[in-house]
Amino acid sequence: MKNRIKVLRAEMDLTQAQLAAKLEVSRQTVNAIEKGKFDPSLPLAFKLSHLFGKTIEEIFQNEI
Amino acid sequence: MMKQTDKNWCDNTRKNTVNLAYWTGAWVLTMALVSFGPKFLWNENIPLTIIAILVNLAIGIGVIFANKRHLNSLDELQRKIQLEAMSLALGVAVIFGLSYSMLDVTNLISYDAEISHLVILIGLTYLAGTIIGNMRYR
Repeated sequence: MKNRIKVLRAEMDLTQAQLAAKLEVSRQTVNAIEKGKFDPSLPLAFKLSHLFGKTIEEIFQNEI
Repeated sequence: MMKQTDKNWCDNTRKNTVNLAYWTGAWVLTMALVSFGPKFLWNENIPLTIIAILVNLAIGIGVIFANKRHLNSLDELQRKIQLEAMSLALGVAVIFGLSYSMLDVTNLISYDAEISHLVILIGLTYLAGTIIGNMRYR
């Protein structure tokens, strides 16, 4: 699944570690999600949505 | 408030990991005590051996709960890595463990199939699975 987390994170001037701390996950998890290696759960996707002030569809795009 | 929560999550994960390490260390020590104590420390005294085994068992139960708390404190990716490593270790334990046992039963190996060999195999497989998982999602 593609996502815009890296761009949105940069817009908020957050490092991966800072974003991870806000989401209560490890930096490794943020990195894996950004790179599309790991798809987050729905609760974590909602946390991202709330944090960035975007809908889930605006953050994640299905690659099908 | 958010900062405090972030700190709490990290601290909680760290605390549970250290806690698991302490429980595991204590369990290994009591395992050594049960293995070597009867011969080297209390001259095969049966009540002392039973007490040592019960202490080992009690601490082993503590390890199980500490491991559960540790897993619950991980985030979803870390849990996925652990789950994949555990499924690999379980599969290897069942398949290779039974094949190893068959080798012993059919006398194709000259020595007894020891449970300790299986435990070492499980441990190494779990370790390899965790390392591979962490590398995959790095």
